[in-house]
Amino acid sequence: MGLYSLSAMLLAAVVAIAIMAVSETFAIFVPGLLQGAWLTLQIALLGCVLAVTMAVLAALARLYGPLPLRWLANTYVEVFRGTSALVQLFWLFFVLPHFGLTLEPFTVAVVGLGLNVGAYGAEVVRGAILGIVPGQWEATVALNMTRWQALRRVILPQAFVAMIPPWGNLFIELLKSTALVSLITLGDLAFRAQQMNQTTMKTIPIFTLVLLMYLVMSLAITICMRLLERRATRGLARGRSA
Amino acid sequence: MNTANDATEQPMVRFDGVTKSYGALTVLDDLRLDIGRGEKVAIIGPSGSGKTTVLRMLMTLERINDGVIWVDGEPMTHMEKGGRLVPADPRHLRRVRAKVGMVFQHFNLFPHMTALGNCIEAPITVLGLSRREAEERAAELLDLVGLADKKEHYPAQLSGGQQQRVAIARALAMRPKVMLFDEVTSALDPELCGEVLQVIRKLGSEHDLTMLMVTHQMGFAKEFADRVCFFYQGKICEQGNPQDMFAAPQNERTRQFLRAVMDSV
Amino acid sequence: MWDWEYAISIMPALGKAALVTIQATGIGFLLALVLGLILALLRMSGPRMGWAVSALIEFIRSTPLLIQIFFLYFVFPSFGIVLDAFTAGVIALGLHYGCYCAEVYRAGLEAVPRGQWEASIALNLGTYATFKDVILPQAIPPIVPALGNYLVALFKETPLLSAIAVLELMQTAKMMGSETFRYTEPMTLVGIIFLLMSLVSAAGIRWLERRLNRRSAR
Ligand SMILES: Nc1ncnc2c1ncn2[C@@H]1O[C@H](COP(=O)(O)OP(=O)(O)O)[C@@H](O)[C@H]1O
Ligand SMILES: [Mg+2]
Repeated sequence: MGLYSLSAMLLAAVVAIAIMAVSETFAIFVPGLLQGAWLTLQIALLGCVLAVTMAVLAALARLYGPLPLRWLANTYVEVFRGTSALVQLFWLFFVLPHFGLTLEPFTVAVVGLGLNVGAYGAEVVRGAILGIVPGQWEATVALNMTRWQALRRVILPQAFVAMIPPWGNLFIELLKSTALVSLITLGDLAFRAQQMNQTTMKTIPIFTLVLLMYLVMSLAITICMRLLERRATRGLARGRSA
Repeated sequence: MNTANDATEQPMVRFDGVTKSYGALTVLDDLRLDIGRGEKVAIIGPSGSGKTTVLRMLMTLERINDGVIWVDGEPMTHMEKGGRLVPADPRHLRRVRAKVGMVFQHFNLFPHMTALGNCIEAPITVLGLSRREAEERAAELLDLVGLADKKEHYPAQLSGGQQQRVAIARALAMRPKVMLFDEVTSALDPELCGEVLQVIRKLGSEHDLTMLMVTHQMGFAKEFADRVCFFYQGKICEQGNPQDMFAAPQNERTRQFLRAVMDSV
Repeated sequence: MWDWEYAISIMPALGKAALVTIQATGIGFLLALVLGLILALLRMSGPRMGWAVSALIEFIRSTPLLIQIFFLYFVFPSFGIVLDAFTAGVIALGLHYGCYCAEVYRAGLEAVPRGQWEASIALNLGTYATFKDVILPQAIPPIVPALGNYLVALFKETPLLSAIAVLELMQTAKMMGSETFRYTEPMTLVGIIFLLMSLVSAAGIRWLERRLNRRSAR
């Protein structure tokens, strides 16, 4: 969808939530749900930071690392892409303590989701780096740059532009998968929704509000990434490419 | 071993029995070629004869399978260790490579940097120049190639000829002793070739650069080069000064090639 | 740390649960394929309808599957329709992934050149016949790998059904863990089962992709 349609949807969703916040049926749920949404947001943001970090490290290790490091990165990517996010969360939550490592649920959430999305992100980063034409690398050799200088100054800045749309999708996936942390006792938006649902059985108003809140967060991410993409592309002045 | 006196007498570039193959395909076979200091050499020959490969080997973009390439009196592809030549390590390669610069057929400018940005990037990160020094140097060179007013333009905002001139300035900013030009006008519309060739002419007359250029523009080769090398199937088939060679080629292959090229113009 | 005897003793039960997982995957994906096609067609059917369907797809793709599962599971009874957990979960999976499939179908349909429609009109084929016999057979093969990727993605989300107590792999493992207080073996085995199935299906998709490429290159 276009930027205008997305913005219109975002606006509509925000207005709908605001109206519900003052209406009789919905108002009692809003404060609790907002608290849950705040936790959801925190987990999502920290998860994104971890995901991007892991993705870049794993991609670089797979492309340029020494053999053992390459294997390690390959294993990481295959394992975290090959099993499901909930399995990973439960494993960190239930099994890790048996090996003497007990993490806070919040830490499990951030680490689990960050590592999961980071594994998908590693493929995005790798693909974007491999998508840079060989001529760019050759120019850096002719200018006597080291491989690291070339990566940092020439290759990654260009790869960055190609990475923005797929990262936008991954951030959305991460935000959505934060709902899973409700299953490991964290009081996020999904958790509060279920709790309220159990006590009041007012399923429709509660879940409508919750879906709208997730929608607002997702649309905000999508719109930000679109704007970022626009800016980055303009920097490359692609439009007038010779 | 080398006294200072020796060094000046040695060729700037020496291909000493260099062989390059891709799998079973031998692209260059036992190449022997010396290029003097300040000499301008034009490399001509049919497509696929190995011209580009010669330049890419000298720029260390390709590994060689046999032989040694010397630059400025010292081995580049190899280094001395215990009195013997062993394959160079990356550090040695980088040190010697600093003497060589290259301009590519498809420019290979960095699209996310302005013309000025392209020209100051390597001087700052590789040579360690301050930003001000690098900008002064770049401004001078962009002026030399006639693009003083395009400093802040991105490559996509420049014509092909302008982009190629930025690429020349960018290579010069590293102060190489040897410049390699690989068909630098082939990707340009005919009317834009002139401005690039004009810049190269100027470089030839004002600088004591050693230049190796692969070109299909026989007119330019004739007027500009001190020597022309005709490549055929990975070997130098004939070489000599351009006047003699274009007027009276000795080799049958050269004759055929020159006839074909002249006809097509 | 790792008790082989226990691990082996739970394998039959996990195997049975794996069947439920596979069932949910299969039915859910079938639903996704059908719904996706319907959504894609509705979306292309006109500007106003197109916008509404786009917004619906955007909405479903922007919100967590888990919430959608809860929603369906708890909302249907309030309309007097009682769905068992498996059915509600599979419908949610199919709906969620149907929205992803709709995008894929659209890309495939838009890639068929306009000339194909024009040629069919020239041959006086009806709209339905054109679509079924001319357009779809060209649109589907190129998108098979993309659809395959969503099949794998859907498969990896089936553990979410454990949240409404469907006895698939994850739920079974969790119950085993809470009975014996040994989570290591069941959880790890579930992880390994998922890993193996994903690797096999990824290899399958690559194989399919190569075959399709070869066919279209000919
Ligand atoms: N990366 C490569 N892999 C395999 N063969 C190559 C490669 N690069 C060049 N060649 C082959 O080497 C020969 C010489 O190529 P090149 O030096 O580019 O020729 P020229 O520049 O004279 O047209 C050609 O036959 C070409 O096909
Ligand atoms: Mg060439």
